[in-house]
Amino acid sequence: MEGPVTRDGLEATFVVSRGESFQLELSLSVAPGRTVALLGPNGAGKSTAVAVLAGLLPIDDGRVALTGITLDDPEREVFVPPEARRVGVVFQDYLLFPHLSVIDNVAFGLRSRKVSREESTARAGEWLDRMGLGPQARRKPGDLSGGQAQRVALARALVIEPDLLLLDEPLSALDVTTRVQLRRALSEHLEGFAGPRLLITHDPTEAFLLADEIHILEDGRVSQAGTAEEIRLRPRTRYAADLAGSNLVAGVARDGVVDTGAHLLHIADHEINGSVLVTIRPSAISVHLREPEGSPRNAWKTTVDLIEHLGERARLSTGGPLQLAVEVTEEAARALDLVEGTPVWVSIKATEITVESDG
Amino acid sequence: MTFGRDQLGLAITFMFLAACGGNQMTTTTVAEPGIEGELLVSAAASLTDALTEVASVFETSHPEVDVVLNLGSSSSLREQILEGAPADVFASANTSNMDQVVQAGEAADPRIFITNLLQIAVPAGNEAGVTGLADFANDDLLIGLCAEAAPCGDFGRQALENAGVTPAIDSNEPDVRALLTKIEAGELDAGIVYLTDIASTAGTVEGIDIPEEHNVAANYPIAVMLNAPNPRAADAFVAFVLANEGQAILREFGFGSP
Amino acid sequence: MTSPRLRSARPPVLLVVLGALGLAVFVVPLLGLLARTPWSDLPDLLAGEVVTDALRLSLVTSIAATAIAALVGIPLAWLLARVEFPGRTVARGIVTLPLVLPPVVGGAALLFALGRRGLIGEPLNQATGLVLPFSTWGVVIANTFVAMPFLVISVEGALRSLDQRYEGAASTLGAGRWTTLRRVTLPMIAPSLIAGLVLTWARAFGEFGATITFAGSLQGRTQTLPLAVFVALESDRDTAVALSLVMVAVSLTVLVVLRERWWKAL
Repeated sequence: MEGPVTRDGLEATFVVSRGESFQLELSLSVAPGRTVALLGPNGAGKSTAVAVLAGLLPIDDGRVALTGITLDDPEREVFVPPEARRVGVVFQDYLLFPHLSVIDNVAFGLRSRKVSREESTARAGEWLDRMGLGPQARRKPGDLSGGQAQRVALARALVIEPDLLLLDEPLSALDVTTRVQLRRALSEHLEGFAGPRLLITHDPTEAFLLADEIHILEDGRVSQAGTAEEIRLRPRTRYAADLAGSNLVAGVARDGVVDTGAHLLHIADHEINGSVLVTIRPSAISVHLREPEGSPRNAWKTTVDLIEHLGERARLSTGGPLQLAVEVTEEAARALDLVEGTPVWVSIKATEITVESDG
Repeated sequence: MTFGRDQLGLAITFMFLAACGGNQMTTTTVAEPGIEGELLVSAAASLTDALTEVASVFETSHPEVDVVLNLGSSSSLREQILEGAPADVFASANTSNMDQVVQAGEAADPRIFITNLLQIAVPAGNEAGVTGLADFANDDLLIGLCAEAAPCGDFGRQALENAGVTPAIDSNEPDVRALLTKIEAGELDAGIVYLTDIASTAGTVEGIDIPEEHNVAANYPIAVMLNAPNPRAADAFVAFVLANEGQAILREFGFGSP
Repeated sequence: MTSPRLRSARPPVLLVVLGALGLAVFVVPLLGLLARTPWSDLPDLLAGEVVTDALRLSLVTSIAATAIAALVGIPLAWLLARVEFPGRTVARGIVTLPLVLPPVVGGAALLFALGRRGLIGEPLNQATGLVLPFSTWGVVIANTFVAMPFLVISVEGALRSLDQRYEGAASTLGAGRWTTLRRVTLPMIAPSLIAGLVLTWARAFGEFGATITFAGSLQGRTQTLPLAVFVALESDRDTAVALSLVMVAVSLTVLVVLRERWWKAL
């Protein structure tokens, strides 16, 4: 976790307990213009983190500061209540007020801050148009589709021009197709927001695609922090390894071949064309000491850059031309005598490569 | 000697008298054969204490009988009877209610069994310093009367009219007991109730006499219901009430004899 | 010969029979009342002072009682639902007591507390000369006492089942406690709140025992419709019927008009 310690963004180092047995310990720094993801399984403490940063849960020890202003510091007896903080939150279930229209929902934050009705409605309207939801302005949240509701929630958080954007599982309530569609839009909106952004999620793809930096949260503690690359290639815990599971490569598909820039991959789907995201499970990649016989269309020579022994499995990352995370059984690793620097051949069946359109 | 018709008739008459009038001649505890079961007596509220005692003595001499007292304002009891509520005996605080019941064919042969006089009731200590009916016109005092439809309300208003007083009423209580309770509690400064009611309160309510020329005497009739579920016990009860023993008890409570 | 499909679409016979009996429980007394109505005399009876006084009093006192119940009942419900204070369970029990207590007992208790010689009434009277029983305010107090539990229970239940995260969301958007209460909490419990208010009003409107015990009965001052019916039954049956009809008409109107929202929230 590198990057300048900044006074403009979010700085949070704290310990907080919830109930008898759970404790969350976190140390985060998010600079303006950067997206940090807090990635972890359910129960890891993600919602606790959201509550703390939003001001809904005071910490036991430590300090939370935003744009240099202390929001929570028990030792100095400082606690800024949520309504006084400038944190825009997109909640997991969106929590759009069911009795208010879409535009009144979006305008809520402004009206609460004593902005006039006319101005609030105007600014809310602008954001809705930006989201392509102008026609839905007068409707009630109950009439919206999941994707529309998500965008309204985002607009509601952004219209107040917060100092921090906090997204709690923004896409998890949606079905797969909608999720993929909205991920791109979300990515754009995040880029458009000048302040620091914190994304809470359990979906590694989301984290990898949207965040500059990922902190893996397990059992109330960050087990690893780094860029998507770092985590994928050098996972430090079992969970990280499982998450980072798949290799994710972007490329351009045409006629059954994906050009990743580094290498050409042959895929089974000949129909798909254009920008794509390629996923390859590490366990789907075979490792050989010599050029493999048979028909794998995807095979090349590379070296073992790094190898990690994780019990019954071994995880290794390969060097060029296409860096991949590979998983083999510990037995196989022993049998092939794989160590750092071992020259190997890797092969991947076309059918083992998953491709999805990166619309 | 054979039993001729005349002797038979005499014997039957004697048996009848023995059954109905037995209690008139004796005061000892003798269980009358055939007088048993539940006896429903609907009686005016002002008779509460007196009839409770009467019923108790009656039950002692008639162990098989269970007297159930249904107490309330005579007008509401009258309504109940007219609507078909069951009763064996009806004792009303005025004759007009009884007349209506008789007219409707529910009772017959009412007899006046006691009389009552009105008195002004004030809480013990008479903080408000009430002296007579004239004080009832005082707006500053909290004055209560029985509801107009109840006999004590009717009579009370008559007495006030007799005295030429226009009362400043603050509440019309549904029956005399309710009125008395509020006076006892000091929540009302004065009201008009029966002499007997004040006698029954054992000092918590004081009575102020109403001059004879203004006072109204209440005549209480009692009658056996024609559709009584338990006519034999009903007859026995009424007879007891009219007899010396019953009358003695009633006088103890302050009622006058007819 | 009904086809099996048609037969399954109709409700079971037993259900219909029992349901009809259930409806009869409500309808038959009403029919009895209508049967006794002296229809030709009705206009005159309704114009009578006894009726108009009683109606005015009933409406004024029941609405006032509902307003007071809302004013103090909603905050109370909020405390019971949201704040953990010592004795909260007991407090909840006491609030529901008027529902179980016979109204006359309630009236008596009010008398002991607020009467001229009452626990609070006596010092109050001596200090200000205020007498609560036998006054129209006494009726309002009696009505409030018996009817407020309905409001408190409805609102408390609604607050407890309300997802508090909405209030959290509102605060992150900058809404202070009052704004959140005003713009989020209350609107979101509106259906239950309205149902509670309607029930409260209805209970206050029909109150008898506590009123007659605490406030007494005097035409124009404390004789509400129920009290007037009670008195009229003994002296003037026709007026009693007219008064009863007025009560039924007013109650039905209110309940039917608000039926939609009422059923939904219950």
